[in-house]
Amino acid sequence: MNREAYEAVIGLEVHTHLLTRSKLFCGCSTKFGAEPNANVCPVCMGMPGVLPVLNRRVVELAIRAGLAAHCTIAPYSIFDRKSYFYPDLPKGYQISQYETPICKGGYIDLPANGNGESRRIGLTRIHIEEDAGKNIHAESVSLVDFNRSGVPLVEIVSEPDLRSAEDAGAYLRQLRAILRYVDASDGKMEEGSFRCDCNVSVRKRGATEYGVRTEIKNLNSFRYVEDAIEYETARQIEMIEAGKRIRQETLLWDPIHKETRPMRSKEYANDYRYFPEPDLPPLLVSAEMVEQVRASMPELPADRRARYVREGLTDYEAGVLTADREVADYFEAVLPGLENRKSAANWVMTEVLRVARESDKSFEDAAPPAREVGALLRMVEEQKISLNAAKTAFAAMVKSGNSATKTIAELGLAQVSDEGAIAAACEAVLAAEPGKVAEYRAGRDKLFGFFVGAVMKAMGGKANPKVINDILRKKLANEN
Amino acid sequence: MAETKITLEQVRHVARLARLRLSPDEEERVRADMDEMLAYVDKLNELDTNDVAPTAQVGEAGTPMRDDEVTNQPAAEAMLSNAPSRDRNYFKVPKIIE
Amino acid sequence: MASELNKLTIAEASAMLRKREISALELTRDCLERIAGADPKLNAFITVCEKEATEQALQADARLAAGGETPALCGIPLGIKDIYATTGVRTTCASRILENFVPPFDATVIERLRSDGAVFIGKTNLDEFAMGSSTENSAFGPTLNPHDTGRVAGGSSGGSAAAVAAHECLGALGTDTGGSIREPASFCGVVGLKPTYSRVSRYGVIAYASSLDQVGPFAKSVRDAAIILRTLAGRDPRDSSCSARAVPDYERALTGDIKGLRIGVPKEFFVEGMEPEVEKSVRAALKTYESLGATTAEISLPHTGYAIAAYYLVATAEASANLARYDGIRFGLRVNAEDNIALNEITRAQGFGAEVKRRIMLGTFALSAGYYDAYYLKGQKVRTLIRNDFERAFEKCDLIVTPVAPTTAFKLGEKMNDPLTMYLSDIFTISVNLAGLPGMSIPCGYDSKHLPIGMQLIGPPFSEETILRAGDAFERSGASKPRATAI
Repeated sequence: MNREAYEAVIGLEVHTHLLTRSKLFCGCSTKFGAEPNANVCPVCMGMPGVLPVLNRRVVELAIRAGLAAHCTIAPYSIFDRKSYFYPDLPKGYQISQYETPICKGGYIDLPANGNGESRRIGLTRIHIEEDAGKNIHAESVSLVDFNRSGVPLVEIVSEPDLRSAEDAGAYLRQLRAILRYVDASDGKMEEGSFRCDCNVSVRKRGATEYGVRTEIKNLNSFRYVEDAIEYETARQIEMIEAGKRIRQETLLWDPIHKETRPMRSKEYANDYRYFPEPDLPPLLVSAEMVEQVRASMPELPADRRARYVREGLTDYEAGVLTADREVADYFEAVLPGLENRKSAANWVMTEVLRVARESDKSFEDAAPPAREVGALLRMVEEQKISLNAAKTAFAAMVKSGNSATKTIAELGLAQVSDEGAIAAACEAVLAAEPGKVAEYRAGRDKLFGFFVGAVMKAMGGKANPKVINDILRKKLANEN
Repeated sequence: MAETKITLEQVRHVARLARLRLSPDEEERVRADMDEMLAYVDKLNELDTNDVAPTAQVGEAGTPMRDDEVTNQPAAEAMLSNAPSRDRNYFKVPKIIE
Repeated sequence: MASELNKLTIAEASAMLRKREISALELTRDCLERIAGADPKLNAFITVCEKEATEQALQADARLAAGGETPALCGIPLGIKDIYATTGVRTTCASRILENFVPPFDATVIERLRSDGAVFIGKTNLDEFAMGSSTENSAFGPTLNPHDTGRVAGGSSGGSAAAVAAHECLGALGTDTGGSIREPASFCGVVGLKPTYSRVSRYGVIAYASSLDQVGPFAKSVRDAAIILRTLAGRDPRDSSCSARAVPDYERALTGDIKGLRIGVPKEFFVEGMEPEVEKSVRAALKTYESLGATTAEISLPHTGYAIAAYYLVATAEASANLARYDGIRFGLRVNAEDNIALNEITRAQGFGAEVKRRIMLGTFALSAGYYDAYYLKGQKVRTLIRNDFERAFEKCDLIVTPVAPTTAFKLGEKMNDPLTMYLSDIFTISVNLAGLPGMSIPCGYDSKHLPIGMQLIGPPFSEETILRAGDAFERSGASKPRATAI
């Protein structure tokens, strides 16, 4: 198989839950993990006679997602009924948006890859729709829980601009980060609140027409997305090389056998018979509403990154810190009271991120409280401890969860800055090494380090190096 | 003879979409009824509606919205009370094969 | 004495209840007795709520005894079309698929009536899922016309119309999607009002066609209809299509004065195929209106002939989606099967009657790939033309008066052979739903077979006050006095 002769063309459809308290069309709770069929009512259960009423917050968050992805927000859009039968779809139709989505166009910029290249992935649209319930499969029956029925979703459709599994992974991560940034979604794939369908086709490199595409549905981990795309791309190329035609079909990813296979059921019938939802008036979004949402939105990652640069960090530093909203928030929580922004940035980028990477817990749980790290760094700035002592203390804090003050005290890491004590130690060292003192005064500057080390050792490593330096210099220069 | 507006094959397809199992007798009767209705509604083609906007709604403009508040209490028993087949607090259906 | 209480109007009964001349319990008992005697012949009720009604009557009496302001409907027995969700009381839509469905919630209008202290004497019969014009499509047998039990009561709200006509209750709720309140009202000789679309909440009203369904009352007099409408109407946060417009005190509109009222008479509504006696009766009523000070003029609603076609594309399309929820999983009939497709297919095949299946099939087809533009979309466009016809007409008149149906009540079984023949009887009422306008049927005479004839009053959006005023004025003129029913 001549892989290199072909390029993959990939488009992704992401469905993500919006962070609202209540459902899209009724006042039931959206909280994950409730007892089956606890968070349901006649409306989200599709009982006879019920009607939908739109949740304002859903519209606001959809607009946020649209603004964060540089989409055009439609002043007029309507809801449509998408009809199909499935046990978890109570009304026998899903209320969605078909020809008039609330957001159109837009793009996501992928962070620069290894070669320093950044790619722009176009978006086609973002629209609002309701989620269905959940089916649990037992031995010989299936069980249906409608808690998730009616939970608000946005569907984010990318243009087929992705060219590899890697691209897809990068896109998904970036999209999720952006949605988390604006508090539109929490992107928790394991809770089912961030799902992805992939459209995959291949074509000869240089060709302009699209090949036949297949759709791989309901991937709920980044790993599965990447694996499935790799597999499907290879499968399609093999088929083409063997002279066979690709069938346009819907596939599932089998993570155990690591292959795609066609969906057996005809549930995903093609004819959804879309028509405008008669129970809901058109969704009118005024320019004022868009501005209100924009003003109330948390800062976008790109804006935050630019701000950090304005405030004195390098582009690289700003990029690392703003890659995830949690890290940027953490950094800003460390900052208060500190003078040296750069050293705080450095600390978060090296010490904190290292700990988080090495841990299997989430960032929040792995990193010590930001305010404690801030306290630690403040002590360094105030020269109460040395930088080395801070590193030791930090490692201990990660394990113990204790405060900075407590840790410094317990480990006896407080730095001595008492000039009297240091002067005495300096005098003792110089007195013990008259030969070296003479050599130094004769020009052997390198010996200075030896004296500093000796004083530090005499003081058990706890002396403030700056004070040692100052006092030693004076003494060696015969100034008392 | 008038041209048929709908074939038996089409009727079967529509019945599948609508999840209605029709007996062979029913199929033919429905086909004949639909044929008659579709021939009747053909008269709408006498009207030029190229520049006419469809009426989706006859109500008032404006988008009523509700606040994002949880206003429903859990009431699983009441919601399950009409379940034809249940297993604890789940609705039971034949095994779904994907 | 006791046996005549059920013959009272709501206005009369309400006054007597407040003066404690009669009790709500007596009134309810009288209606229940009447039902026991008459309903085996009429079949107006699917479920008689003897226990619940008695409870409600006792509560109403307690409230009336406590004194102070009580709502007009307090203690008044009403029939409720079995399409309204009523907590704890089965709601069947006259269908096998919901034969044992007991809703855990009330429709909004039911809540409102409950809070007024009304008594729900029973759930009345209808064409299955409100699809029909004769109540012959009910899974529980047809409702017969109290004026002639060899004939239909009309539909789809036949049960409610017959129940009021036969004095089994003092008023009733119906729904009207293509004429389902107005036509049975006309056939049974009672008042039937379909308010402007969006005037009354549809929450809890089991849906047939969402952009056409409307809640409305049956009553023995226009005043009674006004009283009921006042309670039903108004903003409902649970219905996004419901208007927030203020609700006037409709009774205040019944001034009896219609001098200067401009009445339009559409030429397209007086066509061949109409029974001559029906035409004669309506034209006589127009003369009465002129004598009361109104003016009449011929108008044109040119697209009238296309209304039935447009309706049967739009309504069936919406219905096909509204009825998709009946899948045997969460409520209703379930016929066990090996897989989910079979479960749905067989449950629905056994649960739905022939007319419902017909409409689901037609509606599904009208929305299906390749046919959407030619059928559903075309229907919605023609609907716009029909709305525009009315808008133009109302520039020159305040009210439009027409017959309600081309005939009086037809014989049982007469129109069941050919669905299209049945559909064509909606010719005068259907365009009013397509345009979302208010329309009321009031009795204006009887034919030589002693069958009631109704006239339809149609107004611009939210002109219920004008319609009620005009209807009330006609009643007061004495031009048409109600006759006793055969049963």
